[in-house]
Amino acid sequence: MTPKLVKKDYLKMYKTMLTIRRFEERAAQLYGRGLIGGFCHLYIGQEAVVVGILMTIDQKDTVVTTYRDHGHMIARGLEPKKIMAELTGRIDGYSKGKGGSMHMFSKSKSFYGGHGIVGAQAPVGTGIALAHKYKKDKQICRTYIGDGAMNNGQVFESFNMASIWKLPVLYIIENNQYGMGTSVSKVAAGSDLYKRGEPFGIPGTKVDGMDVLKVREASYKATKYVRSGKGPYILEMQTYRFKGHSMSDPAQYRTKKELENYKSKDPIEKLKKIIIKKKILQLKEIEKIDDSIFSEIKEAAEFAENSPKPSINDLYNDVYA
Amino acid sequence: MNSKILMPALSPTMKEGKLAKWLKKEGDKINPGDVIAEIETDKATMEVEAADKGILSKLLVAEGADNVKVNEEIAILITEESSNNNKKNVKAEKDIIKNKLSINDNKKLDNEDNNQQKNINTSEKHLIKDKEISSYKDLEKISVREAINSAIREEMKSDKSVFLIGEEVGEYQGAYKVSAGLLKEFGKDRIIDTPISEEGFTGLAIGAAFNGLKPIVEYMTFNFSMQAIDQIVNTASKTHYMSGGQINVPIVFRGPNGAASQVAAQHSQDFTSWYAHCPGLKVLSPSNAADAKGLLKSAIRDPNPVIFLENEILYNYESNVPKDKDFLIPIGKAKKIKEGNDVTIISYSLCVNICLEASLILEKEGIKCDLIDLRTIRPIDKETIINSVKKTNRAVLIEESWPFCGVNSEISSIIMENAFDYLDSPVLRINSKDVPMPYALNLEKECLPKKEDIIEAVKKVCYKD
Repeated sequence: MTPKLVKKDYLKMYKTMLTIRRFEERAAQLYGRGLIGGFCHLYIGQEAVVVGILMTIDQKDTVVTTYRDHGHMIARGLEPKKIMAELTGRIDGYSKGKGGSMHMFSKSKSFYGGHGIVGAQAPVGTGIALAHKYKKDKQICRTYIGDGAMNNGQVFESFNMASIWKLPVLYIIENNQYGMGTSVSKVAAGSDLYKRGEPFGIPGTKVDGMDVLKVREASYKATKYVRSGKGPYILEMQTYRFKGHSMSDPAQYRTKKELENYKSKDPIEKLKKIIIKKKILQLKEIEKIDDSIFSEIKEAAEFAENSPKPSINDLYNDVYA
Repeated sequence: MNSKILMPALSPTMKEGKLAKWLKKEGDKINPGDVIAEIETDKATMEVEAADKGILSKLLVAEGADNVKVNEEIAILITEESSNNNKKNVKAEKDIIKNKLSINDNKKLDNEDNNQQKNINTSEKHLIKDKEISSYKDLEKISVREAINSAIREEMKSDKSVFLIGEEVGEYQGAYKVSAGLLKEFGKDRIIDTPISEEGFTGLAIGAAFNGLKPIVEYMTFNFSMQAIDQIVNTASKTHYMSGGQINVPIVFRGPNGAASQVAAQHSQDFTSWYAHCPGLKVLSPSNAADAKGLLKSAIRDPNPVIFLENEILYNYESNVPKDKDFLIPIGKAKKIKEGNDVTIISYSLCVNICLEASLILEKEGIKCDLIDLRTIRPIDKETIINSVKKTNRAVLIEESWPFCGVNSEISSIIMENAFDYLDSPVLRINSKDVPMPYALNLEKECLPKKEDIIEAVKKVCYKD
């Protein structure tokens, strides 16, 4: 049985999801002002996935994800202002301004990126798990994969190796229905992505990724399975991004109706209703939280805007360790 | 009629082997497909099957005989229909004698083939004193293969986070026997046999390196690293930089590189310049056993991703190697093999040996070469290159791979940028021909750099042609 949630759990989920939402909205604004360049992939709409997973994570467990990584970093407990400073390409960013939106890491928080090549993080996460098993440290690696990467060969090479060596890796497929502008149904033979581990003997579950409580519950079971040494497990999160693939994507490949339908399932609104209904907090208290998160992110943006640019002298540093 | 049974070539590069065991004796009836002997090559022990039907009349090579040359006659088979015919038997005896004569002819040919190896061995006395090795008291003469094996073994013994992963590295003992004995010594958790999934196990090893381990990734050959080059170039080489210095990737990618012998286009190519192009990677390619051991140990201890390019033909080359467990060759340091004032010759890996041969011939004609073995291609030892060219005022560059955007092109630029005023002649470069490697032996030989090419180029830059 999944442990019972208490007040502080609800608060943690609500605050983290809202922090991600506000962060991404602010990032979009800074992008529009030309303060953020290049690619910038927003997580708006998908917050329940990473936050539901967060509720069952051990602080020493490792995480590796795709280029849609801002929300993952916030959920890992990294500071929004330093994430934003990376987006603005400043010295206070997590990669000192050299990584940008897609390439951020935090060794101290066991967060191994932030990978810009679709599918490449799948074997990397599998190898991080191999190291856990090698060191016998009981930790597991959560490896996020987008639906697009599920048609990439190295993902299946990873599934095979993770299964034959019983590696402690939890694969989380974030199926937001579109690989860039191409719908899953158009490019994936058999759209039940969670079943793609079956030939390798890896169990999988499909989860409503718009509901943070359901994500938490599925994550709890999967985590228990993987941590017990039985090998890998696959969770397919059915989710949806409310914005385009990246900032430059007008998302004309989907209908307004489809978008409105998913927006009516907004994971943050849904949890807010539960919190009020269960009388965990009153609307006024929630509004207070909203205000404080709004201010925190606004300050993060100001910090990122004012942080110094990296020194030209730093160009050649960190090529080699 | 008799038919001779010859020592078979059991791999593309096999020149000789050991007749480990006879499984049939003289007088035995033989049918096609019968296993008659076991042959030990440098890579494996393999069975030899009869191709013809008859009676095994004579074994010409004793069980346990070493260094039996490929194509040497090892037994005589008398075909059944003729075995009772005395006249024919007499003829058969004569044939045997004739065959033995032709065996000697074959041996002559083999010796010619082995001249390169012999020249290198006999030329050791011409070399300048090797200070890196001479300071060590305890030396052993071992092959490049044994040197690599010993480097891996020693580093795995002293550091538990080091492990070996790749295809056939464990139970099979390595496709080229480089990892022989390691599975038994370290177990399957540290000598990991993988599926044929280069991209997958490369990314996996990089992930393990993120999380505190020091993987040695073996590619059966570097041709197959093309399947994995995204992980090497986009993940391993860039993560330290992209993470603002937080995450380093201590990993070695190693295996044979370059042409072997008639394995044709997809299995004969030198990837040095491909990898040397990328900041974040270090690229090493030794030409002898001592450098192979000392450099590989340095590579395993290095906190960065290192590409370690071996060469299949070099695996059998022997030289003196210090036994000291902390014998290291520094990364980024070229080595002067020969001193001379007339011309600088620069190369790496197998080609260094061809350069040495050429330089010995040139010496007899009065041209003294400054021969540099790069050993490390990235970071390249500019100082040694520039100082030598400033001394000799001429340079000839030799590289096994294609000319376009190669290592030679880069060195040529380095010389032009740093020693232009010292040059008395344009820099010449010798590469393989600009075509995919053909299969036919004569065409393959034509493709690869030869000592004649080097001699010609040297004479040209010295205006002695």
